[in-house]
Amino acid sequence: MPGRKFLLLALLGCLAGGALAKPAVSAKSAKKPAAATPLRKVAVVGTTAVAATALASSAKAQSNTGELPRTVSDAGPEAQLAKIFKEIEANRLNNALQLTEALLRQYPNYRLAHLIRGDLLLARTQPIQGFGALNGAPADKVADLRAEAVVRLKGYREKPQENFVPRYLLQMQPDQRHAIVVDTKRSRLYVYENDLKNGGRPRFVADYYVTQGKLGSDKLVEGDKKTPIGVYHVTANLPRQKLADLYGSGAFPISYPNELDRQQGRGGSGIWLHGTPSDTFARPPKASDGCVVLTNQDLDAVAKNLQVGLTPVIISSSVEWLSLDDWNKERNELNKTIENWRADWESRDTERYLKHYSKRFKAGGQSFDQFAAQKRQVNAGKEWIKLKINNLSVFRNPGKEDVVVVTFDQDYRSNNLENQMKKRQYWQREDGKWKIIYEGSA
Amino acid sequence: MTSTPLPRHRSKQFQTLRALALGLAIGFSAPSFADNLPEVQRLIKQGQYPQALEKVDAYLSSRPKDAQGRFLKGLIYTEMNRPADAIGVFTKLTEDYPELPEPYNNLAVLYAQQKQYDKARTALEMAIRTHPSYAIAYENLGDIYAKLASQAYDKALQLDGSNAIAQNKLALIRDLITTGKGNVKPTAPAAPVAAAPAPVAAAPAKPAPAPTAAVVAATPGAAAVTPKPAEIKPATPAAAPAAPAAPAPAVANKADNGSDEVAKAVAAWANAWSRKDMKVYLGAYASDFETPKGMSRKTWEDEREQRIAGKAGKISVTVDEPQVTINGDRATAKFRQHYKAPGLSSSTTKTLIFVRAGGKWLIKDENAR
Repeated sequence: MPGRKFLLLALLGCLAGGALAKPAVSAKSAKKPAAATPLRKVAVVGTTAVAATALASSAKAQSNTGELPRTVSDAGPEAQLAKIFKEIEANRLNNALQLTEALLRQYPNYRLAHLIRGDLLLARTQPIQGFGALNGAPADKVADLRAEAVVRLKGYREKPQENFVPRYLLQMQPDQRHAIVVDTKRSRLYVYENDLKNGGRPRFVADYYVTQGKLGSDKLVEGDKKTPIGVYHVTANLPRQKLADLYGSGAFPISYPNELDRQQGRGGSGIWLHGTPSDTFARPPKASDGCVVLTNQDLDAVAKNLQVGLTPVIISSSVEWLSLDDWNKERNELNKTIENWRADWESRDTERYLKHYSKRFKAGGQSFDQFAAQKRQVNAGKEWIKLKINNLSVFRNPGKEDVVVVTFDQDYRSNNLENQMKKRQYWQREDGKWKIIYEGSA
Repeated sequence: MTSTPLPRHRSKQFQTLRALALGLAIGFSAPSFADNLPEVQRLIKQGQYPQALEKVDAYLSSRPKDAQGRFLKGLIYTEMNRPADAIGVFTKLTEDYPELPEPYNNLAVLYAQQKQYDKARTALEMAIRTHPSYAIAYENLGDIYAKLASQAYDKALQLDGSNAIAQNKLALIRDLITTGKGNVKPTAPAAPVAAAPAPVAAAPAKPAPAPTAAVVAATPGAAAVTPKPAEIKPATPAAAPAAPAAPAPAVANKADNGSDEVAKAVAAWANAWSRKDMKVYLGAYASDFETPKGMSRKTWEDEREQRIAGKAGKISVTVDEPQVTINGDRATAKFRQHYKAPGLSSSTTKTLIFVRAGGKWLIKDENAR
C-alpha cells in the first residue's frame, strides 16, 4: 500500500521543483551556494534545542564579526518542519509525529502542524494518500497549508548568500539602522542592518515567513486584495491595545501609495505590516487584503528594528541580489550622478542642470517645460548658490524599469534665499542616463 | 454459557471506544473467585450495580490488594456512571500491577468518553507496551488515533468538529446497531490473548477495519490458561464470530481426523499466499469457487494475481488454529487471519468453506467478516 509515504507524494513533490531555483542573482559571479552564513546550519530537535542552537549561532555570528549579537533567523518553525519532513521522507513516522507534537507544544495553534499531526495519526489507522488526507477536507484550506509548508521549507533551505545583497538597498541614510525587504514570491521578509562600520553595506540579520494579499502583489486599485510593490517606509506604530485582534501584536503602516504610485494612478491605502490574530499561529501565504502579515513573535522581533518615519520597507515580487562588487558599482554610479546634479545646480548653468531632468518629468502639477521655464527664471536672479546634501538614501525601485528613489536633506543657500527641506526624487535610466522623473518634498 | 449482552445504554456510552475489557487475565487468581466474585459478576450482568458494589467491597475488605476484585469495582463504577471513581480505581491498578494491560485499556475507554484522547492514547500505548499482543488495545488505539487525527484536522482546517473521520466512525456504529446484526457492544470476555504471538502486535498501523471485524476484535480468543471469571466465556453471538480458536481443549467439533486435513489445507493456502506462489494459491480453490461479487473466475484470478504477486514487498499471512466443522464432503474452517504487507496489516475473521474433491480439500467459498 502506498499510504505511508503520503506526504512525500504531495508535498516534497512540489519542493523538488522549487529546490533547484536559486535566488535570482543578477551578477556574473554567482558564487557557490556555499554553506554561506553561519545561520543556516541550524538543525534542531525540539524547543530547547532551537533556543540552544539559536544562541550558538548567534554567538558564532558575534565572534565572527566582533559585534553585538543580532536577531537570529530560524527562530520560527522552519527548522523543525524541515526535520519533520525529513523523517517522513525516511518513513520514520513515529519520529515525525513526536517532532510534530513537540512543535505543537511550542506553537499550540499552529494549523500546519495540526494538519501534519492529523495525517500522521490517520496513517496509523488507514493508508492515506497525501498531504491533508482527511476525507472531504476543504481543498482550499489544505492547499493554503501546503503552500505555507512549501514556502517555509524553501525559505529555510535558500537563505540569502553571504556577500550578496538585495539590489534595492543601494544606500541607507546613516540614521536608518535597518531596512526591510519583502519578497512576495517567496513569502519572505528580510531584515538588513545598515552596517556603518563597513561603509553602510547592508548586512543580513534575519528572515521571516510572511503573508501577502489574497490575490498576490502589484497593487493597483483599492480593494484589489494585492500587496503593493515599491519603496516605502514605516509611517507609524499602532500599539496592540488600539488594534482589533486581527492585527495581532502590533501594526506598522507604510507609505503606500508613494509619489510614483500616485503618478501611475495607483490607489488604495492602509497597507500595514502587522501581526496575526490570536486563533492561529500563522496565516496562509496569500490571505490578507494587501497587508504584509507576520506571526506575532516575528512581528515583535522585527518591530525592535523599526523606526517610525525612517525604516525603509521595500516590497518586491522577486528580490534581485547583487554581489558586493556589483552593488558597489551601482551605488557609486548613482552617488556620482547625484553629485553631478548637485554641482550643476550650484554652477547656475541652468541648461546643464536641466539635462538631469527627464522630458517626462512631472511634479507638483508642473510639466518639464513649465519646470524648466521656472528654473531658468529663478536662476537668472542668482549670484551664487550653495547646495548641500545630507542624509542621502538611494533605493532601487523593484521592477523591470531602472528607477531609483533618492531622498536627502537639502540645504540650499543663495544670495536671496535660504531653504532647508527633505527632498525626494525618482530617477529613471533613459538611454543609459539617469534622469529625474519626479521631485518634491518628502 | 453465552455472555448476556450488557444493558443497552452501554453501547452508546462506549461508542467512542468499543472494547472495554471486562475481566482480567491473570493466572493466579483461581482460588480467589471461589469466593464471591462470580456473584459480583452476576450482579453486574443483571445491572444491579449498587449490590455488586456492596459485594465487591465486602470481598475487598479482606483482600484489599486483589486485582480481580478491584478491577470489577472499576467496572461497576463505570457502569454506575461514576467515571472519576472508576478512573481512580483503574489508575491505582496500573500503579500496583503495571504488567496488566486491561486496567490501561479501561482507563483509556474512560478518558475517551471524556474526550481526553491524549490521555487515552497514552494509556493504550502503555497497555501495548506491557502486552504487545493485547488486541483490544490495538483496536481501541486505532479509534483513538482516528479521534486525535480528527481533532488535529479540526484545528488545522477550522472545521466544526464533525469532520469525515468522526462521522464515519459514528455512522459505522449506528449501522451496526440498526441492521440487527446483533450486539455491537463489547461482549468482550476478559481474556486478552496473552500468549498468542499475533502478528498484529508488531504492526500498529492497520487499515480501517470493516465494521464486523472491528467488533470481532473486541472478543479475542481465550488464552489457553486463562482463569477468567467462570461464566464469561468467549461470546459467540452472531456479530462476534470470532470464537477464536485458541488451542482450546474443548472445541467440540474437532472430532475426526478430517479436521486435521482441513487445517492443513488452510495452512497450505496461507503459506502459498505468503510466498506469493500463485499456482499453489489459486490451486487451493475449487473450480466452482464462488468468486466475490459474481465476477468471472478469470477476472478474480487476475485480481488476486495483481494483489499478491504484483505487490511489492513481503506479504505475511498467518492464521490462528482454525475451528473446523465437517459435514460429509463439506467442511467449514473459521479462523483469525493475520495479514501483513508493507503499509498494511490487518487481522480479520475468515471463514473458508471447503469441498472434498479427489481426496483434496478445496476452497468453495471464502468470507471475511
